[in-house]
Amino acid sequence: MSDLAGTTTANQAQRFIRRFTPAQRYMHAVLFTSFLGLAATGLPLRFRESMWARALSRLVGGFGAILFMHKFFAIILSIAFLIHVKEIIQRGIINREKGIFWGPTSMVANWKDVKDVIAHMRWFIGLGPKPEFERYAYWEKFDYWAVFWGMVVIGFSGYAMWFAPFFAHFLPGWALNAVLVIHSEEALLAILFIFSIHFVNTHIRPDSFPMDMVIFTGVESEEEFKHKRTLEYKRMQAAGKLEARLGEAPGSYQVRFSKIVGFIAIFIGLTLLVLTLTSYFGS
Amino acid sequence: MRTARNFLACSIALALAALVLLTASCVAKPPPDCLACHDDKTAQDSAGKSINVDGKLFHSSIHGSMGCSNCHADIKAFPHPDKIKPVDCKSCHADEAAGLVGSVHSNEAEHPCTSCHGDAHQIVPKTDPRSAVYPLNVPKTCGKCHGDNGMAEKHGLAKVFPKYIDSIHGYALDKEGLLVAANCQSCHGSHHILSRKDPLSPTNKINIPKTCGSCHAGIDAEYALGIHSKALAKGNTNAPVCTDCHTAHEILHPTDSEFRMQSTPICGSCHKEMLSTYHDTFHSQLGALGGYVETARCWDCHGAHDIRPTADPLSPVNPANLIATCGKCHSGANASFVKYQPHANAYNRTLSPGLYFVRLFMNILLISVLSFFMLHTILWLVRARYNQIKHKDQNGGK
Repeated sequence: MSDLAGTTTANQAQRFIRRFTPAQRYMHAVLFTSFLGLAATGLPLRFRESMWARALSRLVGGFGAILFMHKFFAIILSIAFLIHVKEIIQRGIINREKGIFWGPTSMVANWKDVKDVIAHMRWFIGLGPKPEFERYAYWEKFDYWAVFWGMVVIGFSGYAMWFAPFFAHFLPGWALNAVLVIHSEEALLAILFIFSIHFVNTHIRPDSFPMDMVIFTGVESEEEFKHKRTLEYKRMQAAGKLEARLGEAPGSYQVRFSKIVGFIAIFIGLTLLVLTLTSYFGS
Repeated sequence: MRTARNFLACSIALALAALVLLTASCVAKPPPDCLACHDDKTAQDSAGKSINVDGKLFHSSIHGSMGCSNCHADIKAFPHPDKIKPVDCKSCHADEAAGLVGSVHSNEAEHPCTSCHGDAHQIVPKTDPRSAVYPLNVPKTCGKCHGDNGMAEKHGLAKVFPKYIDSIHGYALDKEGLLVAANCQSCHGSHHILSRKDPLSPTNKINIPKTCGSCHAGIDAEYALGIHSKALAKGNTNAPVCTDCHTAHEILHPTDSEFRMQSTPICGSCHKEMLSTYHDTFHSQLGALGGYVETARCWDCHGAHDIRPTADPLSPVNPANLIATCGKCHSGANASFVKYQPHANAYNRTLSPGLYFVRLFMNILLISVLSFFMLHTILWLVRARYNQIKHKDQNGGK
């Protein structure tokens, strides 16, 4: 795979390719901030018997305070979700923008993703070459849909608990029992997934270690872009659109700020992961 | 005539005055010769023990009108022997003495009357605020032995005084000065205190409702209608009485958050399955983290004193009453809302089938997603690191 090392650009000044728009970066910031907030205020409830849950609860002023913050972050995340859905409808349906629902730049899974999963895993164990990826690789699409589905499921079950008498108008009685199980299990899955799988796949794996800055700065070096999203790079080059995707190199202040924010987020996430795992296997 | 009448009046008055003085000197005063020695504050016997009697306090005591020899009957002459017999209170106080027979304090040597009533020469009526057995002083008096000053430990007694004094009864007595507040003897009696194991004791489990009911009559009447009272009457001594939920000495106000937190596990000590399923629900989870105890506890739904079986139309958890019961907290509760199972069990397919399958699906989803990606990620990590080292595969310009 040494041909992917990008030796051709080594002598040139490093160029940066835009991957995320500012709106997408802010959306991710709102998403992970509210997700961390929801996890930090939801986990103590799930593991209410553990010492750390009680200590945290005492620290912030008991369950009343925890519930207030949980609902606060829930509303923030709900608004972000609605803005995102509106964006999809606007771009995909109203503006009929190409590449939203299908094609190489879409988040929707396609046949190539299925082949990629198999090929990638064959490469893991040395049975084939490493597949090349488009703008969104299959694990990135999974991340996206896991969060999308998670927000629908956790959000709905959360609001059903919050406004139980209202939801009882159209939900059967047993569903009011089920929403707590759904909310808590799906949230646990989301927390375990984000703080272990997403962190490793996106940030900690050797290709990105210690953190993939592209979601914070919006750009990645041409070399990295070519290495990670080879097919998109080739497609851009073939269509002569690469120049249009060029962005400015991120300022050092921007990188430093992003690193601080990112590492804090990862630190909180990993702390919550450890607490979750100790409580889960401790009880 | 006038002078004669005056003279007669004066004579009568003088005679009356003399009579009063004479009576007073004969009856109200002990023979002055006892106090001549014993009123001396430094008076000691040969063993160095004080034998002082404060004459002033003695006169104002309930026994102040009596002569010394009324109690110290063995002293006939002066000087009297160094060793005199202990005073036998029961020679006058026969009823109290009869009460003490068979009581936990029956051993006269260990529990002389003075251990509760105080210095024999200063005893005042129990209605006098100075009395050691004045209602407001009773807990302190009993607490001398049943407190935390080491006495209780030494004799294997319960250290109840600190618990009592912080309880709702102790607060009413000590802080609000209420004579009607229950003190030790309101429940335990005074002279005829029996072990709670004795079926005749007012603190024996069987008798507790009656004992508490002597003040809390309304609650006792309610309790009598409930399933616990009926079980007790049938001889099931596991059925709870007042003290099982409220405790005996540390009784808290039932709206206290501490009480709301501590009493649910008490119900659960018998109703184990119900407590376990309750713990799985939102009602319980909200309270577990403190500072939020408004959510339903057992008695908020089931009633407290007159708990009835669900089938009883008067039970608040009878299906016909659920909308009203749930509606106490959940305004807008409707027929579908009250189908919520406050004791649902996600692992019980027959009791909660919907919940059972939802839980099963969620568990399978969680395990399969995490297992697949765990394997995927570990293999990927190993392979990517291997490529970096073996093939000098760069990490994309990093």
